[in-house]
Amino acid sequence: MKIPYYPGCTLKTNAKNLETSTLEVAKTLDVELIELPRWNCCGTVYSLTSDDLIHHVAPIRNLIRVQEMNDSGLVKDENRLVTVCSMCYNTLKRSNLRVKENPEDLDKINDFMYLEEDYKGNVEVIHFLKLLQDMGFDKVEEKVRKPLSELKIAPYYGCMLLRPKEVGIDDPEDPTIQKELLEALGAEVIDNPYKKVCCGSYQTVHEKDAVSNLGYKILSQAQKEGAEAITTSCPLCAFNLDNRQKEVKQQHPEFQHIPVFYFTQLIAIAFGVEKKYCRFDLNYIDPETLLKKKKLLQE
Amino acid sequence: MREKVVITSKNVEFLDKVSEMSGQPITRCDQCGVCSGSCPMVDEMDITPSQMMRKVQLGQEEVLGTRAMWLCASCFTCTVRCPRGLDLSKVAEALRQITLRKAVDHIDIRKIPDHEMKKLPQIALISSFRKFTG
Repeated sequence: MKIPYYPGCTLKTNAKNLETSTLEVAKTLDVELIELPRWNCCGTVYSLTSDDLIHHVAPIRNLIRVQEMNDSGLVKDENRLVTVCSMCYNTLKRSNLRVKENPEDLDKINDFMYLEEDYKGNVEVIHFLKLLQDMGFDKVEEKVRKPLSELKIAPYYGCMLLRPKEVGIDDPEDPTIQKELLEALGAEVIDNPYKKVCCGSYQTVHEKDAVSNLGYKILSQAQKEGAEAITTSCPLCAFNLDNRQKEVKQQHPEFQHIPVFYFTQLIAIAFGVEKKYCRFDLNYIDPETLLKKKKLLQE
Repeated sequence: MREKVVITSKNVEFLDKVSEMSGQPITRCDQCGVCSGSCPMVDEMDITPSQMMRKVQLGQEEVLGTRAMWLCASCFTCTVRCPRGLDLSKVAEALRQITLRKAVDHIDIRKIPDHEMKKLPQIALISSFRKFTG
C-alpha cells in the first residue's frame, strides 16, 4: 500500500527520530509512505482570525501535491495524506476543513495560487496513529516480536491531536487511541490525568518558566501514577517535556528524569527493527538504560 | 469595590471589531468560568480568560495591555468546553492580531539566545513568530 506522506520541517532535523522510526514501522506493516514532492511548511499553526486567508495558502498548496501524485502515478487513487507531527496534522486538517466548508474561501485561495492547478477539496488528512487504528491494532500486534511487557508507559496526547473536536482523532476529554496501541505492543499502560493538558507549546521560546512549570506537573504526575516513560507524537511536546527537563530539574531538584519516547520508537522496539531507526541519540533524556533494564535492548 | 461602567460608541466599536475578527458572538458569554477553570496557563495570567471575555464584551480596549492574551497557547481546551460554544482561542487571537497589525511585535527575535536558537525545534520558532510578530 502506497500512501502520500507529509513530513514537515521538524521531522527532517530535531525530530529525525520520529521520521526514521515511523517510516521503518510503516514498512514492517507493508505500508510505503511516499514523501510529497516539493512539500512546503504547513505554517505550523492554523490561522484563527476570520479575515486571514493568506496563511491557508501554504497548507492548501501541500494538498495540491497529493492531487499531482495521483495524476503522475506516484500513488494510485490514494487521497489520504499521512502526517505524524501533531502540529502539521492539525494545521493541514483544519485548513482542509475550512476550504471544504467554505467554497468561496477555496475559490479565493485557488485564484491566489494561479500557477498551481486548483485544489479540488478531495484530500483527507490523517494522522499515522489513525492510519494504524484504521488498519487494526491487531495487525500491529501480529508484528510484535519483543512485547513491551513490564514497561510502564503513560501516553501523552497534548492538544493538537485532540482539539478542536472537528479535527481531533479521539475523544478530546478521554482519548484512548495510544492506550489501545500500547496494549497491542504488550506494554503496561498508565493513565495520567494530565495526558491532555497543554505542554505550553510555542511559549517555550520566550516563557521558559511557564513551560517548565507545566512540564513538571505533567511529568511528575505521570511518575506518581507509576509511569517509567511517556509517549508523544508531537516534536514540540517532545521538546517541552524532554529537553525542558533540564529546567524542571533546576526548579525542582527532587525531580527524577523520565524518558520521553515518540510512540513510533516504541513500536519499532516491539517490532524488533534495527536500533538505528530509533535514533535515540536525538532523545534528550537517555531512553536506552530503561530499555536495557527491561531486556528490550541488548547491553 | 463598585465601579461604574460607561459604554460609549467607542466601546461598541471595539467589541464589534473583535467579534468580527474572531467570528465569535462574544456577547453570548455568560461568565460561567469554565474557560478559566480549564486554562493550563491561568496561573501565569494577570486576568483570567473569563475576565478577558468580560472586558471585550464591555468594549474595554485596555484588555490589549494584559499578559493573558499573549499567554494563551491556543490549546483549545476552553474551546471544547465552553457551554455557549464560544471559541476563546479565536478571541485571544483577534486581540493579539489587533496589536500585531499595528506593527508592534510581542517578542524580539534578536533577543532569543544563540544556544536556545540552536536547539529549539523549527515548529517552536515558526509558531512563535506566527503568533507574536506581525
